[in-house]
Amino acid sequence: MNAAAQIAQVKAPLTKVSMRNLDFFYGETRSLKDVTMPLYANKVTSFIGPSGCGKSTLLRVLNRMYDLYPGQRAEGEVLLDGENILDPAVDINALRSRIGMVFQKPTPFPMSIYENIAFGIRLYEKLPRADMDARVEGALRGAALWDEVKDKLQTSGLGLSGGQQQRLCIARSVAVQPEIILFDEPCSALDPISTAKVEELIDELASRYTIAIVTHNMQQAVRVSDYTAFMYLGELVEFGETDDVFNKPQAKRTLDYITGRFG
Amino acid sequence: MSLYASRRGANAMATTLCWVAAVFGLSWLLLILGSLVYEGVRGLSPAVFTEMTPPPGSKGGLLNAIAGSLVMTSIGVAIGTPLGMLAGTYMAEYGRYSKLTMIVRFINDILLSAPSIVIGLFVYEILVHPMGHFSAISGAVALALLVVPVVVRTTEDMLLLVPGSMREAASALGAPRAHVVGKVAYRAAKAGLITGVLLAVARVSGETAPLLFTALNNQFWSSDLTAPMASLPVVIFQFALSPYKDWQQLAWTGALLITVAVLALSIAARALSAGRRNSK
Repeated sequence: MNAAAQIAQVKAPLTKVSMRNLDFFYGETRSLKDVTMPLYANKVTSFIGPSGCGKSTLLRVLNRMYDLYPGQRAEGEVLLDGENILDPAVDINALRSRIGMVFQKPTPFPMSIYENIAFGIRLYEKLPRADMDARVEGALRGAALWDEVKDKLQTSGLGLSGGQQQRLCIARSVAVQPEIILFDEPCSALDPISTAKVEELIDELASRYTIAIVTHNMQQAVRVSDYTAFMYLGELVEFGETDDVFNKPQAKRTLDYITGRFG
Repeated sequence: MSLYASRRGANAMATTLCWVAAVFGLSWLLLILGSLVYEGVRGLSPAVFTEMTPPPGSKGGLLNAIAGSLVMTSIGVAIGTPLGMLAGTYMAEYGRYSKLTMIVRFINDILLSAPSIVIGLFVYEILVHPMGHFSAISGAVALALLVVPVVVRTTEDMLLLVPGSMREAASALGAPRAHVVGKVAYRAAKAGLITGVLLAVARVSGETAPLLFTALNNQFWSSDLTAPMASLPVVIFQFALSPYKDWQQLAWTGALLITVAVLALSIAARALSAGRRNSK
């Protein structure tokens, strides 16, 4: 591969998800307005914007989490590897096995650390004990949690600290081997040290997964993401490489937001 | 300053009234428990647990009544618990936003406070009358009808307490609804669900009216579910109203047994829900 081709590849990463003219409604309220943007494969895309701008809503469209609630609906297209996931015929559980999600507040299940991880794996595979042990260990190592919990795998996941719980939830998502992981403000309930650990983890995961992260913390967006989308009142105002969005934003609203003039 | 003083005065008065009300209520409870223990303990002997209810004037125990209560309560709970849990699960997990849930909840609340004698008459009409005679099984059905609304209510309440984020997290892994409910929500609400069943047991184990119309009573040992069966509450009812001293004594002792059993169940239920709170 020559240098020009390498540059071209860097410039044009593979598109994993493509949103086209995406609208979202909570009952009558339209909270996403005609959003069109990609998520690039094996890249971290961060979503920033003031509260209520629709960034979490957008994340919840991607794994159709909104389907759990009546009166919420999405219009437009979201293509995952070319297939429209908004199609009613899509098998939602299969879709969610491909798209993991980590929530704002850690959500360990009321069971042992081991069972928290095994829960997701058992949904898709019937493994002999030894293989399951290996998968659980692999997932916990992948979330940089193994050394802290290896001696207490059978104790409740609820007994861990907040930061450990969040990494347990990341391990749980990773364990089912998704293609995409969605992070919805994963560090907003964590202290700075735990935050640093989770950010480091996101960095590592980016080599294997396509990642979307919603954050209120602009430094975090700069630290972890390759691409940044700035949203405001349900609209996508600006999308581009993170360096560009923060250093030479095209839209005035983006500039105002990142320089702290509103939001 | 005078405003402050008058406020302090009002506070002292309100506190005193609260104390008086609490002491007034508790003293009756203590009087009842005290006389129950005083009268009941005198009749406690191994014979109570080994001999059948006697004819007036002879020695005997409560074995057939104790066994009958255990049998009918067990069957009643065994019928009522699954029904109640399933209905409560539907209301909290599947039909949370549906009209049917609102209707069922309304009807369940009525059933919850329905006089138990009405339940007894209802079962008399649908079971005892067609069968042509009283039976233990119709007694158990009457108790089951009392268990259902209690279990429906606690199941729904306890599942509603499980945070939605837990369900979302399980759904986000691709778990189907049945898994989310059975493996995650039930587990999170486990202590509460068991508490609900214990409370239902405590509720029905002292019921007399529904059994009077259904299981009636039986002087002798019976393990035949299609025949009348003795139970502690009905025996107490019959013996306490009788003019015979030894029957009255057995009634006191039976009442003590039920009270201690219900008390133990309530304490177990409390301990369970306290444990749940601590583990969070």
